[in-house]
Amino acid sequence: MTTSDLAPIEASVASAPRRGGRPTTGRRSGVRLAPYLFAGPAVVLYVVFMLIPVLYAIWLSLRAYRLQAGGTFGRRVEVFVGLENYVAVLSDPELLASFGRLAIYGLIAVPLTLGLALLFALLLDVPAVRAKRFSRTAIFIPYAVPGVVAALMWGFMYLPSTSPFSYLTEQAGWGPIPFLTGSGLFGSLANIAIWGGVGFNMIIIYTSLRGIPDELYEAARLDGANELQIALRVKIPLVGPAILLTTVFALIGTLQLYGEPMTLKPMTNDISQTWAPLMTIYRDAFLTDNLPAAAASSTILALGTVALSLLILGIVNRKRFGARS
Amino acid sequence: MTATSVRVPLSAERRAAKPRAWGAILPTVILVIGAIYCLIPVIWVFIASTKSRGELFTTFSFAPGTGLLSNLADLFAYGGGQFGMWAANSVLYAGVGGVVSTLVSAAAGYALAKFDFRGRDLIFYSILAGVLIPGITLAVPQYLLLSQIGLAGGPLSVLLPSIISPFGIYLSRVFAASAIPQEILEAGRIDGASEWRIFRLIVLPIMLPGMVTVFLLQFVGIWNNFLLPFVMLSNQGDYPLTVGLYTLLAKGSGAPALYSLAIIGAAVSIIPLICLVLFLQRFWRLDLISGGLKG
Repeated sequence: MTTSDLAPIEASVASAPRRGGRPTTGRRSGVRLAPYLFAGPAVVLYVVFMLIPVLYAIWLSLRAYRLQAGGTFGRRVEVFVGLENYVAVLSDPELLASFGRLAIYGLIAVPLTLGLALLFALLLDVPAVRAKRFSRTAIFIPYAVPGVVAALMWGFMYLPSTSPFSYLTEQAGWGPIPFLTGSGLFGSLANIAIWGGVGFNMIIIYTSLRGIPDELYEAARLDGANELQIALRVKIPLVGPAILLTTVFALIGTLQLYGEPMTLKPMTNDISQTWAPLMTIYRDAFLTDNLPAAAASSTILALGTVALSLLILGIVNRKRFGARS
Repeated sequence: MTATSVRVPLSAERRAAKPRAWGAILPTVILVIGAIYCLIPVIWVFIASTKSRGELFTTFSFAPGTGLLSNLADLFAYGGGQFGMWAANSVLYAGVGGVVSTLVSAAAGYALAKFDFRGRDLIFYSILAGVLIPGITLAVPQYLLLSQIGLAGGPLSVLLPSIISPFGIYLSRVFAASAIPQEILEAGRIDGASEWRIFRLIVLPIMLPGMVTVFLLQFVGIWNNFLLPFVMLSNQGDYPLTVGLYTLLAKGSGAPALYSLAIIGAAVSIIPLICLVLFLQRFWRLDLISGGLKG
């Protein structure tokens, strides 16, 4: 073996790991087999519950049921129709409208959730702030409340007959606040998402802030920067990765909007059966029995999510590389 | 002001001290407002749960009522004790699903971080792509697939899909890569320990803090999930709390008496999870999540 000449270089470059002597054949086969056994359960579950459903949905989305002459009533047969379902779904005004509503909802919920999370995290990081533990814990509590239960609680606080806010405005003679009607719904639904999401995102950003060495701040202070300047010019850029991650998660969460409008639905007439895209998908799959359409919309929603996430990750990465060079 | 400057003559310190003393009030006020905003619905639901049916719609929202005990009795009597069953199901799905998911994720994360094997990159990037796919959009195809093999409808149809967590695997890999020194593994191998023994006795204890984090994320995620059990389950007795409370509320639009049941149900159901999260949050390694992306 000529590797012996290389050994010192290898050791210094690749550091310790390889120096530990050659294992015997028996143990080596153990080492070779082990990773497959350790990763095995995850890979099997991934294939069965993620990969196959995705492929199955794509396959279903390319097919359709057709009535074929024959017998008394004709037969229902499955045929391959190419992208026909996608064309049908994308020209369905109800689905397009639900994507529009989702966009408005997302444009309110995502920036406010992340903005407030960042603001609270930065404020928690101000050394002299009082009641830090109380605020941090209180803001984090909604994380433990399921979206459906959160929607239920807020729903009652929106409902004119039980709302404390509308109670006050009615006492003042202004009538109830239209939380559950018309465009008020967007704000009301977004508020549930903001309430549920701020705490978790705040903790992630705050944890990331705690990892910044104090010397950096001291240096900035010596240069005459005030706390606000430090927050804007030192802290925010340094927690960039955490903000990026929370943005992607907030976005994925937004596209999955389902439980909250479903829960509010019994309380108002303004949430239709197709208010959010996932509600339309559910209707197609289980109520009108149009599986190919449901599969096509699912595929579009999943592809849209992945594309948006990659877009954000791509933009940020290019910016970061740009800044470095 | 002058007292500080006498005690601390350093100019830099003085400059820092002045805005700090002043700038502590505004941040504190904003944070407390945020805290109140987050607590209001929780406080409201606890107060509303003390109201009898008549009081719910007639008295001021934040005025406590007199019906707490009868509401509790009604809740646990509803549908022959269905609420208790829903709670038990939530514990089962989130508890068992969380533990198994954590173990599966830890093993896979360890393999991906500490072994060099064919197919590793393919597995890793597939799982990374899985992080971006919203789990909820998979629920409908998962249902169709499980109903083909006759698994849909029962508890297993909720448990099994909950076990795979691409993000959990990703976090486990980040944690294993940073926390497990290669030397320890090599030493174990030289001592003749089998790979399984090394994993059980050396790797798992080191990975425990990371595993607690993955477990909490998974537990809360499964506990809060709505669409998957809503789509999968056909039997009311198998429902978790989220789906059960939803059905209460959906029926309540026809019978407002169920409103007070939904409210007390919501209040009772959030207590254990809030306690769990508050208790376990000190063991979280959330720097895993925020720092993970740097690699």
